[in-house]
Amino acid sequence: MTFIEKKSYYKRVFVIGVFLLGVVIIVATNFGVADISLKQTALIIMSKIPIINNFVSLGGIKYTSVIILLNLRLPRILLACMVGAALSVVGTSYQGIFKNPMADPFILGVSSGAALGATITMVFLKQIHFFGMSMIPCSAFIGAIITTFLVYNIARVGTKVPVVTLLLSGVAINYLLSSIISLMMTFNRANIEEIVMWTMGSFSTASWSDVILLFVITVPSILFISIFSRDLNIMLLGEDSARSLGIDVNGFKKYIFVISTLMVAAVVSVSGIIGFVGLIVPHSIRMIFGYDNRVVIPFSALGGAIFLIICDTLSRIILPPSEIPVGIITSIFGVPFFIYLLYKAKKKAI
Amino acid sequence: MIEINNVCFSYEREILKNININIERGKFYTILGPNGSGKTTLLRILSKSLNIDKGEIFIDEKELTQIKTKVLAKEMAVVPQCTEIEFDFSVQDIVLMGRTPHIPRFCAESEKDMEIAKNAMEITNIWEFRNKSINTLSGGERQRVVVARAIAQETGIILLDEPISHLDIHHQIEIMNQLKQLNKNKNITIIAVLHDLNIAAAYGDHIILMHDQRVYKDGTPEEVLTEDIIGKVYGLEVYITKNPKTGKTFIMPF
Repeated sequence: MTFIEKKSYYKRVFVIGVFLLGVVIIVATNFGVADISLKQTALIIMSKIPIINNFVSLGGIKYTSVIILLNLRLPRILLACMVGAALSVVGTSYQGIFKNPMADPFILGVSSGAALGATITMVFLKQIHFFGMSMIPCSAFIGAIITTFLVYNIARVGTKVPVVTLLLSGVAINYLLSSIISLMMTFNRANIEEIVMWTMGSFSTASWSDVILLFVITVPSILFISIFSRDLNIMLLGEDSARSLGIDVNGFKKYIFVISTLMVAAVVSVSGIIGFVGLIVPHSIRMIFGYDNRVVIPFSALGGAIFLIICDTLSRIILPPSEIPVGIITSIFGVPFFIYLLYKAKKKAI
Repeated sequence: MIEINNVCFSYEREILKNININIERGKFYTILGPNGSGKTTLLRILSKSLNIDKGEIFIDEKELTQIKTKVLAKEMAVVPQCTEIEFDFSVQDIVLMGRTPHIPRFCAESEKDMEIAKNAMEITNIWEFRNKSINTLSGGERQRVVVARAIAQETGIILLDEPISHLDIHHQIEIMNQLKQLNKNKNITIIAVLHDLNIAAAYGDHIILMHDQRVYKDGTPEEVLTEDIIGKVYGLEVYITKNPKTGKTFIMPF
């Protein structure tokens, strides 16, 4: 069966997925220390959605509940939703561009690069603002783009990026950058908690301005990558073949790198380093729906959103009232998955 | 019509020195030569995978560097040497990818694209395993898939880099016959790098023999494949006769 023969099936499943995401958002918003009933949660959320809000009244719901939900829980969950979607799509596009199933922004060190950029700004340039905007996302972007460039050039052999060299250079760069971040932590004890947040990943500082920043960057970027998902398929044939099929390989690679890196930088500057999402989600989607990126990219975005909301909710409810950094939860899921992929690659190599 | 004028290419060392070739439409060309003589590089500069240092290449009087990648893809298909793919696409998906240059940005493959891909798969005898994953196939089957993709691309020129190197003798002849059919029936120009001198003699209208990074001899099989030339290029003593069944040049090393 090919993509066009199954298109209507994919559409139906996607609609069900979007519905499922809505349910997950409502249920996740309901979890928390303050006791708010599921029905109230649903009503409060719906009261903020245009059109639907005409049919909803918030009579009998405590004002504090509304504030907790709308200003604390909802931005956090929407942030987890977009971060999950963005990281999964970035993972998918890295895997396509590197022709390497193990590529992921965390494993390649790109997330650490962004975190280092953000840390440097936080420690040294905290007062500097650019038209009222914090410099943190910009410096995260610079850190991420330099790291991508470094890792790619260390790893590549000609135009190919073998699995082994990519992983090794990613691990090496990752170590180097994390060490620099730790070093900066020891010199700046005043900021230590904030910096720990970058290195472990957390949504605990989520605010509506983060949600807006992320929305503005990730939604157009994901749309852009979806438009080019057919080209990403072709890239998997190898660069020479892709070129002979009419793809401007170098230009295409550059666009995808820049857009993916931009997303990683935005994600890291609001939530820190959250690993393995870009690995777990696209591969799980491929196991269900096959390898066509026209399917993998939209479903990864959806699956990533659901996955990270669930991980974040777990991080909030396992040890109440304290929180576990969400990066730890994703790593607990991610590392066995990574080993499984390595094992599969090994079996193929024999 | 492809014109290659005074082309040089080097990468750490000189790989192509002063190449001059004229390729006519509708003919079957084979490129021969010992390992490392520059055959693959010649194909890669033709497909714009490598940029030349000196000289010019014209396709139908247009300079190659002036032709957009997408336009070139409608004119020339490439079957590469390495057909390994990391991700498990189905045979049908891979063949459909040949339609890429013909599909506009915001569209998916049409019924017509499916029909053309089906036809290409039937020509190469892979239709019965169209739903199999590409990575479960043998090297020879995979090579036929890539040839089918090039056919589905519907171009006037097909470049092939050792398309039959992984195949057994039966499939070698099958692929070569299919290429000959395309060449005859659809007037497609075929340019194939080969190793087997006898197959080149049997199928090629024209042989380009590379030696020491240059074109050593360029002409019909009878002109190129002589005892003297093969002795010089391959350092091999051969006896040349005619294949009694086909009348084509036949080379026997001894």
